[in-house]
Amino acid sequence: MTLAQAILSHKAGRPVQPGELVVVEVDHAMTIDSIVPTVIDRLEELGAEPRHPERVSLVYDHVAPAANVNVAEAQRRGREWARRTGVNFYEVGRGVCHQVLIEEGVAQPGTLIVGSDSHSTSYGAVGAFGTGMGATDIALAIASGRTWLRVPESVKVTFRGRPRPGVSAKDAALEMVGRLGADGATYMAVEIHLEDGAERAFGRSERITLANLAMEAGAKAGIVVPSGEILEHYDVPGWLRVGEDAAYARELEIDLGTLAPRLAAPFYVDNVHGLDDQAGAEVDFVFVGTCTNGRIEDLRAAAEVLRGRRVAPGTRMLVVPASSQVLKQAMEEGVLQTLVEAGATIGTPGCGPCMGRHMGVAASGERVVSTANRNFKGRMGAADAEVFLASPRTAALAAVLGRIPGEEEVAP
Amino acid sequence: MTTHHAPRTHRVWKFGDDVNTDDVLPGKYAPFMVGEDVFQNYAFAHLRPEFAGAYRPGDLIVAGRNLGLGSSREYAPEALKKLGVRAIVARSYARIFYRNLVNLGIVPFISEEVVNAAEDGDEVRYDIRTGTLELRGRTYRLEPPPAFLLAALEEGSVLEYFKKHGDFPGVE
Repeated sequence: MTLAQAILSHKAGRPVQPGELVVVEVDHAMTIDSIVPTVIDRLEELGAEPRHPERVSLVYDHVAPAANVNVAEAQRRGREWARRTGVNFYEVGRGVCHQVLIEEGVAQPGTLIVGSDSHSTSYGAVGAFGTGMGATDIALAIASGRTWLRVPESVKVTFRGRPRPGVSAKDAALEMVGRLGADGATYMAVEIHLEDGAERAFGRSERITLANLAMEAGAKAGIVVPSGEILEHYDVPGWLRVGEDAAYARELEIDLGTLAPRLAAPFYVDNVHGLDDQAGAEVDFVFVGTCTNGRIEDLRAAAEVLRGRRVAPGTRMLVVPASSQVLKQAMEEGVLQTLVEAGATIGTPGCGPCMGRHMGVAASGERVVSTANRNFKGRMGAADAEVFLASPRTAALAAVLGRIPGEEEVAP
Repeated sequence: MTTHHAPRTHRVWKFGDDVNTDDVLPGKYAPFMVGEDVFQNYAFAHLRPEFAGAYRPGDLIVAGRNLGLGSSREYAPEALKKLGVRAIVARSYARIFYRNLVNLGIVPFISEEVVNAAEDGDEVRYDIRTGTLELRGRTYRLEPPPAFLLAALEEGSVLEYFKKHGDFPGVE
């Protein structure tokens, strides 16, 4: 069995096969500020209350703090619902939903977590089956404690070795999405194996980046086989393992030892190139943050590049820590000081400008280098703003240089 | 199905491959940003700004592969539903978008043939109930969704099914 099969078999109480539909209990249902109004509408339509409020979380991260009166009213409605029903509530500033649920220990190996954000695949970093759904699905999961799922086939992606200096999990993840293609894993689970040193090189933070980006290949879940620091910090149930009989729809290997920095060019995440293809293009706006790359490891990587340097004239840089814990740690380590001294602006922990709603919208014709997970047309603001996706290190270098760096500059 | 639809002529709106949820409804026009009553006016705002103003209920969206990739935000298909979209024919769908369509009661048909044959602006007749579609004098058979989803769509949507039965359709 694959890990996806093992988890859904455990939930179903019997062995399940890819292609089967199952209705199973969920361990946790998550929703966010921008979706909760519809979730409440649907629950009211059903006349339903949360079946297990303690297994429901509402996180305010997408347009937090509120950008206008409509948003403020919608957020108030969610707050009142959370207070009345007793679901777990995380206020503005606590951080990005996936980061928060992992920090709070909600995501555990072998659990099934459904979230009203597509990047709920992130929970796979700790060996959970996390999957994104729409508001109606989440409302039904909150009302019934269950959901329906098609047991997915799996794609096996193996990362081998240790990355070269300057090459990060983001580069590895972009390479994976580029090779799988934007629909290469649709309806499937991406099962990520870390071998020959990769299991040590990639800790929890890096695994979140990998599981997060699996979504961009269309995946239903991106599950990293527990190893390394996950085994040290989590209880991994005995049944959560890849069986010898595990069958895969496709297998892919990526050698980290030879991997160079990557960049996803507009307007698709799978439009992945080496840096030299775009090197020299002027950059207006650099954004470091999001559920993909807003953790302390990412802020440290940016600060390392920015130390003693300045963001280039004509370029602006925004850094948004993924959570209040990340913000606090960045403060304590002096990372924030380095970033601010270099001329970067710091935003409230949360999703920030990733989806063009507030706190750093791109103007028409602007070129953006972002550490996020999407560069669709109009995603960060104007329809003809160009968003390039890259690692925090590459993004920070772009800020200092005012242009997209070459490969040699990032990974000498 | 309760979504009865008389087979009269409707216009085809043809889209290409990899139309994402930010194309269907840019995130900045989400209902909680612009208001519940107007967000559908921004459907395809960047990709085809004329769409929301010219779309007539029952017009058919035809798209290429991986329709609806990207965000889980259900208000993308909900904007289409509010404009009167009842069915879509595509080569393939992104996973979450497909679920959202079924949950809302928009029937997601898959047909390589129809996608190949249909051009933007074509007049079509189709009947969701019988799964037939007439285009330029030829009748196509549209494959219905899997049984589990069909059971839900027969009540209107997964949501309607759950409302009526207090449960999901059986999976045995």
